[in-house]
Amino acid sequence: MIELKNIQKIFNKKGVKVEALKGVNLQVDKGDIFGVIGFSGAGKSTLIRMVNYLEQPTSGEVIVDNKNLGKLTTKELREVRKQIGMIFQHFNLLESKNVFENIAIPLVLNHRTKDEIESRVNELLEFVGLEDKAKAYPSELSGGQKQRIGIARALATNPLILLCDEATSALDPQTTGSILQLLKKINREYNITILMITHEMAVIREVCNKVAVMENGEIIEQGNLLEVFGNPKEQTTKNFVKTVVHDEVPQVILDEINSEDENSKVLKLKFIGENSKKAILAEACSEFNVQPNILFANVTELQGNILGNLIVELKGEKEDIENAHKYMKDRKVGVEEVLI
Amino acid sequence: MTTITGPQIIKAIIETLQMVSVSLLIGSLLGIPLGILLVITNKGGIIKNKAIYSALNNVINIVRSVPFIILLAAIVPFTRLIVGTSIGTKAAIVPLIIYIIPYIARLIENSLLEVNDGIIEAAESMGATPVQIIWHFLLPEAMGSLILSLTTATIGLIGATAMAGTIGAGGIGDVAISYGYQRFDTKVILITVIILIIFVQAIQNFGNKLARKVRRH
Repeated sequence: MIELKNIQKIFNKKGVKVEALKGVNLQVDKGDIFGVIGFSGAGKSTLIRMVNYLEQPTSGEVIVDNKNLGKLTTKELREVRKQIGMIFQHFNLLESKNVFENIAIPLVLNHRTKDEIESRVNELLEFVGLEDKAKAYPSELSGGQKQRIGIARALATNPLILLCDEATSALDPQTTGSILQLLKKINREYNITILMITHEMAVIREVCNKVAVMENGEIIEQGNLLEVFGNPKEQTTKNFVKTVVHDEVPQVILDEINSEDENSKVLKLKFIGENSKKAILAEACSEFNVQPNILFANVTELQGNILGNLIVELKGEKEDIENAHKYMKDRKVGVEEVLI
Repeated sequence: MTTITGPQIIKAIIETLQMVSVSLLIGSLLGIPLGILLVITNKGGIIKNKAIYSALNNVINIVRSVPFIILLAAIVPFTRLIVGTSIGTKAAIVPLIIYIIPYIARLIENSLLEVNDGIIEAAESMGATPVQIIWHFLLPEAMGSLILSLTTATIGLIGATAMAGTIGAGGIGDVAISYGYQRFDTKVILITVIILIIFVQAIQNFGNKLARKVRRH
């Protein structure tokens, strides 16, 4: 649905060249909710604007719905843009127009008849749950309501793709949750492909099925949600994952453990998907006669999958501990020794 | 003893209103599009064009640098060409228009620049054409500010009409200068100044109210 091929973007700021994107490759399939995460300045804003060509790449190709955007005329490009809805961090609603008129704008631009506009806008108002606000002005609405209007406006022309530019960053956590649920509903009911950029890992965890991590104009890691959360490779990715999946033992507990004791070993266990449902730790302990002492446990749900983190101190004979360690490793549990 | 009569003052008021309204109307019809052109051709505008922008920018600066009284005299041949005469109320309207166009263009430019870039970005993301962006996004969002700009332009015109008296244009300012100031008639000065104050106050109040009305949200 969306393909970015080796995208490079150089901005010329007062004679100084700034490379915002350094050869980015990205593929978003139909039906995905694809999240791009990164700190500010990583290039995510520039990246998302490549998809509707609000920013043009210095080199590389942008292919949307099998069309190479760089090869289109201005007029053709405008037609493609009508297939790509976009919502913004600061909503970008027209303050001078009421809610109804705001949602109607894309339809007015397409010269639809008054009746068509009326019925489509009412349908959208109902979809986003703001039927009673048709006559209200944006300044009378809360942030969450404004974003719902932004979403309704973006959906007016039945786009194939929805781009979300930090769409929840200006909202409180509860409102963020409800907007994310709405995005999920859009993806499910209208089968609209969603590409979102954010700096909040919690947003990614909540809705995305795929994720890419950006840093300094490059995508440093990407994959399915479970892969990236379960097994982050780059330090930045690990830091992002840590913001939503805690896997560190409180220092007070670590202080209690005698690291010199060879009849004790602290292990960090990671259960992903299927193996989180099995009693692997219990099996290992009873098999090799070691005592587990659970220091920390945490379970995160990721799009219907389970990611479990467990930190245990195994007590017993040195050899038995090693065997238990191996037993779990063989059953595809991520095992890592915690050095104290 | 006052040397002017009531009917003279009424005539002067009508002349001022004529000069201001006609030159405001024509000045706006030409100045507003130029203001829009400045914004859209400027860096970051929707149809960036450095050549058009700098040409327009320079011409506007040059015309605005010329004091109105000089402009009045300098364009006499042009005025005669357009309205067939170089004296009287009708003749004053031509230089007033030339004077007010760049002023309006600049004020409109400033008003339009206040519109949040995000709005324009949203418009572009919807596939709006440049004309649609101007008509459906830029102008409605700037409306309150545009009204205030035109209010400022109107008051500026009232000031300029006083000087138009030098080519026999008439008007209140002319009465103030030729009957009051030049004959040391304090009473005439007082009356005319009060009338001008009432004019300016009324226009500013009207402009403020209208702007508030379109901005009520």
